Amino acid sequence: MRRLVLRWLIAAIPLVLGVSVLTFVLASLVPGDAARTILGVNANPQQYAALRDQLRLNDPLWTQYGHWLGRALHGDLGLSIQSADPVGHELKGRLAVTLSLVAGATLVAAVLGVGLGVASALRGGILGRCVDTLSLLGLAVPSYWLGLVLVTLLAVKAPIFPATGYVPFGQSPVQWLESLVLPVITLGLGGSAPIAKQMRDGVLGELDRDYVLVLRARGIAERSIIFKHVLRNAATPVASVLGLVIIGLFGGAVLAETVFVLPGLGGLAVTATSGHDIPVLQGIAVVFTLLVVGVNLIVELGYAALNPKVRT
Amino acid sequence: MISRLRHKPIAVVAVGYLALIVIASLLAPLIAPYGADEQDLQHVLAGPSAQHLLGTGVLGRDVLSRMLYGGKITILGSLIAGGLFVAVGVPLGLLAGYLGGWAERLVLRLADLIYSVPVIIILLVVVAIFPNNETAAMIALGLLGAPGLARIVRSTTKGLREELYVRAAQVSGLRAITIMRRHILPRLAGTIIVQLSLFSAGAVLLETGLGFLGVGSRQASWGGLVAEASQNLGSQPWLLVPSGFLVITFVLALGLLGDSVRDAVAAQYGAEEARTRRPNNNTTQPATVDSPHRTDALLSVRGLSVEFGNVPAISAVDLDLMPGEALGILGESGCGKTVTALSILGLLRGGGHIVNGSVRFDGIDLVGADPTQLRAIRGGRIGWISQEPIIGLDPSFTVGSQLAEAVRAHTACSRRQARRRAIELLALVALPANTARSYPHQLSGGMAQRVGIASALAADPVMLIADEPTTALDVTVQAEILDLLRDLQRSGLAIILVTHDWGVLSDICQRAVVMYAGHVVEQASVADLVRCPRHPYTAGLIACDPHNATPGEPLPTIEGTVLESGNWPVGCRFQDRCGLVRPDCRAAPVELVELESDRLTRCLHHLELNDLVRQ
Repeated sequence: MRRLVLRWLIAAIPLVLGVSVLTFVLASLVPGDAARTILGVNANPQQYAALRDQLRLNDPLWTQYGHWLGRALHGDLGLSIQSADPVGHELKGRLAVTLSLVAGATLVAAVLGVGLGVASALRGGILGRCVDTLSLLGLAVPSYWLGLVLVTLLAVKAPIFPATGYVPFGQSPVQWLESLVLPVITLGLGGSAPIAKQMRDGVLGELDRDYVLVLRARGIAERSIIFKHVLRNAATPVASVLGLVIIGLFGGAVLAETVFVLPGLGGLAVTATSGHDIPVLQGIAVVFTLLVVGVNLIVELGYAALNPKVRT
Repeated sequence: MISRLRHKPIAVVAVGYLALIVIASLLAPLIAPYGADEQDLQHVLAGPSAQHLLGTGVLGRDVLSRMLYGGKITILGSLIAGGLFVAVGVPLGLLAGYLGGWAERLVLRLADLIYSVPVIIILLVVVAIFPNNETAAMIALGLLGAPGLARIVRSTTKGLREELYVRAAQVSGLRAITIMRRHILPRLAGTIIVQLSLFSAGAVLLETGLGFLGVGSRQASWGGLVAEASQNLGSQPWLLVPSGFLVITFVLALGLLGDSVRDAVAAQYGAEEARTRRPNNNTTQPATVDSPHRTDALLSVRGLSVEFGNVPAISAVDLDLMPGEALGILGESGCGKTVTALSILGLLRGGGHIVNGSVRFDGIDLVGADPTQLRAIRGGRIGWISQEPIIGLDPSFTVGSQLAEAVRAHTACSRRQARRRAIELLALVALPANTARSYPHQLSGGMAQRVGIASALAADPVMLIADEPTTALDVTVQAEILDLLRDLQRSGLAIILVTHDWGVLSDICQRAVVMYAGHVVEQASVADLVRCPRHPYTAGLIACDPHNATPGEPLPTIEGTVLESGNWPVGCRFQDRCGLVRPDCRAAPVELVELESDRLTRCLHHLELNDLVRQ
């Protein structure tokens, strides 16, 4: 277990550093410079010089990065260009929204994906073709478009759910749930496709393995062979796929939060992009990477729990 | 590969559709009924009409025209991203796979890194820096995707590098770069096309996503049309339809193209295998005389025939196993030994099914027995020992829990009792009690086979079927396992032992049937078989036994190979490999004849065998 966490740390640290360096280098590519972009063409030279100084644009790039990193380690991600608030503060209030959305979507994707995958592997025929179609559509249907269709059908035509907006859990748990149903389904449906496909291929592959033959030869009940042995072994690779799906869901949250006007990190990323608010985008990139790193740890632990070869 | 794709309607339709959209987008200025930004304020947010075939958006701009004009951005964007994806990913993957070492590690780490970041966030950063510059975003996307392709190219290259023709090219002194270009790249073409079409599908989705978010290009775009629709859901939901349909079908076509190419590539390299599976129905089934089951036998098989699909695998197999006896089933690979053993327990897989015959065990016909009855006999009365001991165990559970499960499947007892019984079983096969806590991957082959035997004994069966139980083991371990099986047989257990090894056979078995091409060709006591075989195939097998070989001389072999399943001639199935073959061997099916008590052969000229053996 300790070795596992250590291995994860070794992978995680360069990842977080890599992403922050990447965004930093990208930011340095700004034609002209960030100060000019922020101020526009009408600023006077004093303002421009002051902002350049404030943004430390006169330092060499690696000093700028070192400075930013040093402060970031203390939780200081700089000031937002648009609102002049600390970036950390802006992000904190929005984290819960994105986490609720992604957690819900993960649940939908996992339950639906595993259920469909197992059912289609055991039944085959029509269900198998349904899973094929679903995984193709999951690939092809843009989540934002699906979200809009759901809003049209279930919020505009038949007002069952609110079309947009978010109610914090603390304010009203029921409304919180209602405000999340459509975005969660929108994101989760797309995520279920790769899980269903992996689960189906996994179960079919396991059924062909020698140990299944031996278990049958031992007179073990078919129910037990499927639900205890086959599913357990088929689930191991699904854990890795689930990790990739969750990372995809964080990306999808950017679009889903825009469609449903949820005050999360993804929505903020879009406004920051339109406003050229590089510090906020850097902060979001780092937070997303940290979230992904966290997901990776959970996946690794889940993988170890399922697979004795990793554990022992 | 292209000729293969031409026969796939899905691939043809997908390519045709993609070409149609691309050409229509290129010709937009010529064929679009209106300009991209031409306004028709009389018809704002109108549904489809003769004037505006797909309706209008805000400001009365024609949806069809904007779709045609908007295609340019999406198509150009995915071309840029896809081009870079291949241009960077393929060389990187080739180098990593061909050179190995640090280049390989670098590519793998890079791919790991990029898989861990939501791509869209990086694209947003790029667009924030280069406002509304989709080219920059798509360049970034191509570069971000490249390590993923490199990883796939690497693993294929690594495999190819080991192949003979590449080795030969290396030996003949070709430069590495020439080898990669001339010998490796062509084999990768299919894989690259598959990855490229799937990546392009993702690129189109991301590009339209940027357009939808309003941070992409300011011109007419597919994503922008969806964004326009999203602002007018209440007043004109129709707007969602044309834009969504276009994006979905375009991405779908790319995805289907990728899938078809993948299937075509798989078919190209799997073609040889498929050819050998061709069913062949021009063999005549020899008429079987249904002899009655032996009543004193523990297990009595009569006329057992199995087919896979329509291809016969074994035909009319008879055998009897007396209580406490060890019977061998002997033959080369592909003779139907394992199929015979599996079909006794009804465990055939891969489309195999019993078409004829009966398997009488303890008064019950196992063919057609109901599942509950069959389940009670499997493991409960008849134990099974598999050829590959480690993969015969479930990798996710400990040895102890698997043994306990086998115990509890047939005996009503508590978990604790089952655990205790598991330890006893381990002791029975001379394994220490702490083996119970091990997982299969922690066992050696010999230990795993002992565990396999222990679990076959879990419910005190009266007979065992062992399918090549020692083939996968080291020689010294083989001897230990054989000792164990012999002890079990002496303690009263009947055993059917499937083997190709005379040593194993004579070590354990009293009697044996020899199988060739799906049926029994000889049956006798092991001593008689070895002393004077009555079928040329048996004689051949004895001659080939490495134990009888003279050191320094090449090993004798039986010329030719075992016939493909079902591809059997009318007469004697051994005719083409037999030194004694006569015209009458080829004329009609040869019956199994009884020479003396418990001595059967399927050879017309077995008397001449003595002379042959003496030579």
